[in-house]
Amino acid sequence: MPSLEELFNETFASPSVDWWVLVPQIILVGAALGLLLVASLAPRALPAWASTVVTIATGAATAITAAIQWTDWGSAPRSTLAGAFVSDGFSLLITVLVGAGVVMTALVAHSALDRYGMAPPEFAALLLASAAGAVVMAGANDLIVLFLGLESLSIALYVLIALAGRRASSRESAMKYFVLGAFSSAFFLYGIALVYGATGGTNLSRISEFLFGTVREDDYLLLAGVALLLVGLGFKIAAVPFHFWAPDVYEGAPSPVTGYLASIAKAAGFAAMLRVLYVAVLQQGTAWSPIIVALAFASLSVGAVMAICQSDVKRMLAFSSISHAGFVLVGLAAVDPDIVDRLWADFGGSVGVAADLGDGVSSAVFYLVAYSFMALGSFAVLSAVVGSSGDPDDGTSRHDLSRYGGLARRRPVLALAFAVLLLAQAGVPLTAGFVAKFEVIRAAVGEGIYVLAAVAMVTAVVSAFAYLRVVLTMYAPEAAATSGDDAPTARISRPRWGDLPLTTVLAIALAVAVTLIVGVLPQTLLEWSADAALSIFP
Amino acid sequence: MSAGALLAASGSGADFPILNALIFVPAVGALVVALLPRNRPDLARPVGALFAAIAGALALAMAWQFDTSAAAAQLANGDAAFQFGSEVSWIPALGISWKVGIDGISLWLVVLTSVIVPIVLAGVDPHHDPKPYTAWMLLLQAGSVGAFVALDLFLFFVMFEVVLVPMYLLIAGWGYEGRRYAATKFFIYTMAGSALLLVAIVATAVLGSPESGITFDLVTLAEGQRLATNAARLCFVAFAIAFLVKVPVVPLHTWLPDAHTEAPTAGSVVLAAVLLKLGTYGLLRFGLYLFPEASDWAAPVLVTVGVVGVIWGAITAAMQRDLKRLVAYSSVAHMGFIVLGIFAFTAEAIGGGVIQMVNHGISTGALFLLVGMLYERRRTRQIDELAGIQSAAPVYAGVFTLIMLSSVGVPGLNGFVGEFLILIGSFETRRWWTVIAATGVILAALYLLWAYQRVFHGPPAAADRQTADLRKGELATLAPFVIAAVALGVYPKPLLNATEPAADTLLEHLVEHSDFELPDPADPVIVDAGDGADSHDGDDH
Repeated sequence: MPSLEELFNETFASPSVDWWVLVPQIILVGAALGLLLVASLAPRALPAWASTVVTIATGAATAITAAIQWTDWGSAPRSTLAGAFVSDGFSLLITVLVGAGVVMTALVAHSALDRYGMAPPEFAALLLASAAGAVVMAGANDLIVLFLGLESLSIALYVLIALAGRRASSRESAMKYFVLGAFSSAFFLYGIALVYGATGGTNLSRISEFLFGTVREDDYLLLAGVALLLVGLGFKIAAVPFHFWAPDVYEGAPSPVTGYLASIAKAAGFAAMLRVLYVAVLQQGTAWSPIIVALAFASLSVGAVMAICQSDVKRMLAFSSISHAGFVLVGLAAVDPDIVDRLWADFGGSVGVAADLGDGVSSAVFYLVAYSFMALGSFAVLSAVVGSSGDPDDGTSRHDLSRYGGLARRRPVLALAFAVLLLAQAGVPLTAGFVAKFEVIRAAVGEGIYVLAAVAMVTAVVSAFAYLRVVLTMYAPEAAATSGDDAPTARISRPRWGDLPLTTVLAIALAVAVTLIVGVLPQTLLEWSADAALSIFP
Repeated sequence: MSAGALLAASGSGADFPILNALIFVPAVGALVVALLPRNRPDLARPVGALFAAIAGALALAMAWQFDTSAAAAQLANGDAAFQFGSEVSWIPALGISWKVGIDGISLWLVVLTSVIVPIVLAGVDPHHDPKPYTAWMLLLQAGSVGAFVALDLFLFFVMFEVVLVPMYLLIAGWGYEGRRYAATKFFIYTMAGSALLLVAIVATAVLGSPESGITFDLVTLAEGQRLATNAARLCFVAFAIAFLVKVPVVPLHTWLPDAHTEAPTAGSVVLAAVLLKLGTYGLLRFGLYLFPEASDWAAPVLVTVGVVGVIWGAITAAMQRDLKRLVAYSSVAHMGFIVLGIFAFTAEAIGGGVIQMVNHGISTGALFLLVGMLYERRRTRQIDELAGIQSAAPVYAGVFTLIMLSSVGVPGLNGFVGEFLILIGSFETRRWWTVIAATGVILAALYLLWAYQRVFHGPPAAADRQTADLRKGELATLAPFVIAAVALGVYPKPLLNATEPAADTLLEHLVEHSDFELPDPADPVIVDAGDGADSHDGDDH
């Protein structure tokens, strides 16, 4: 009869931990905890700017660490914690993106915190905690770890959205996000359970090995599990028909948080989806690719059509974000069933096959990075516009289209920046948005999904109308004429950047710069995303 | 061929990358104008016009150096010859390069674009915000030239789409009453047309690239012809739709009257002279050259569409009350002729189509300028609110007459050359279409002369009597158009010299890659006609 201690040692071998792999996560969590500690022990000691500086430094450090890891180790996967967590080109690229997103969100939020009545250290700690969740999701190689990441991201976001508690809309949208988010988490958990039942494991690589390596009678349990996982993740990425929360939550949340929600939270959801689909259940590609195609089709068309009906710019951007998710899904859908069969035939790694598959994933990654900067920049502009003109007193919504009338006259540079970001989202060439769309279309056409590619481009035209309407309103001269009394003074002492908060300006400039540079010289980012995409294949 | 042959062909172009200069000089000019000091808006137009004029001078110098005999010599090898070529790798991961070059088809379109923008920049007053206006005009010039010289499908698409933005903002910012509607309609129509173009470009590159890797190089793809017949036809349809919206042909043309009417004068001029040509040029370069078999397959539909455009445009033009709208619809008719010429597949018709592109740019551009000048004076373009202008503004009326006659296609003026060549060429292969299209010439005379009669003749009202005549500046703006209209009408040889070899090369390419056969010169048409005449004569006796 072995003693309890012996029994424990026999069944539980503590996994080896490669601490270097976990440095980005440690930085994020450490900074979040440190901020909370200082804020609760010595609340006076921490001025508002200090938590912003700490957040920016942490975000930058995360991104830089991940970049160093990538250059040092290459894209080859390094797994740790008994294979539960993996650090490869893909997770590192997403980590860099998350780091950049944290920096930009902190920059935009700095001037807005006061307006929303949010406490700086709490905001910073929650932002960093959610970023840690996103980074965990990007590298999770086990469904349980994935769930942990998902929950850290989501719970921090529930509170972030509710942080502007002074406004009813903020509380309402937080409640909505929380209830639906909890539902989707339940779906996700149930999906994990079913997949575990079908395959006997939660480790993604293990599941893949099992699926490729065994002959099974039927896959109903597995497919039901995968479907439930897709529901859970579909909620995170706001794909139609799991999108109903998105417009309300985006509208109600503080603009900096909305930007974060639309870019980083979405990117993390897509990262998890990519890993589950392409690592764990690639063998079932013929089963899930029609689902992804359907999600893409629905998201593209609903997002585009609803976007043109909105009179509120923030809601319009919310719907357009849904249609952008559709584009990323087109990239994910670009998996050729024949190739899955071939991969099955010679499982064990033929590079040629991985390169074929990589096209779709790489286009999705490229799109995510490009869109994240456009979304962060656009919501930063929204924050700047409301911040500079205050709340409306005529009962219209804070981001009503009419408030953007004549923006080009009042703030020519801000309007130009917004126009660039909007046209980039519409997919005008020489911007990142165009190259991203081009990549996705290339992947789809390469796999022979012509109809979806065509639908994607047609919906892009439909949503272009929504963006154009905003651009037109900004550049419309009438609006300046209607506010005739203050127009002359505006002409004499045109405020340029002076009264806009410098941090917001910096964030917008960064977003515009990335959008244009990637648009004109996309080679580097193309290489990165191709590299990242190849690294996730077994 | 591709790179090697391209470099060989560029021997005459010396080392100076003149085509890139034609793109970047205006682009840099736009940047300079945007950075001009805020309190000196008066500097914007002179500085902008200077940059545009530098590009225009370069373009003329290039036309001077363009080697028509080299083009003819290349013909012997059956290869398309592009001169002044240069190639820089742009996105190597996707086989995309910044590859430019011109042949006899694009040469005069590039020259036209580069010359017309400085003229309208210097000659037309935007009335407000000259700085952004000038910057957008210069970007428009850069993008249009870029589209005409691009020899890479990706680069072409980028330029083709990029020109939408400045044009859109020019219409929306400096246009007339309905400008927002017109600008949005213009953007959405063209973007919708090219939505499928992007898919088709990618499909062409993915399916048509050689084994060595994906490429978007036009010459490699066109000479390789690796697409299966049906795939090529589908891709051609997508390309053709994008270009036919731009041309525009009749069912897809409704954006044009609105855009033209609401655009500021300079915008209308550039739209007519340059942007519409992107459509017909695209049909030649990325339709006929890239998909010869599919072009042959679709030719009956396309020539029909062209002829419908000729007649529809002419009849609708005749019914317009707004002078600018009338000119806009006359554009539809003229562009229909060009589509007919391109898809008639004879050297005369294709050459005539290219020449007509240039001539339409000159005569319709000038007509828009003239209508704009009239609006400046009278604040109206309604034909029935104007009468007897001739007596009050004789010089204006004279210039208008000359340009109008060139647009109608009176012999001795430029409009005649292109239309005549198109009709002669098309008659060999598409006889009945040509017969119908020829009535369009008569209709053109009808609607323009009728409008002229109503506006310039008759008893002038008080307001008409006070209509001022052309000022010196306006005359100087119009002078290049008048000179070009007369000179190219009397001596069109420079145009013909460049276009003929290019058209021949294109036809050889077509014959080589499709079932199309050139009509035997010894055969049918002339003899048929002769027979008919003979028998008719016989009956008389």
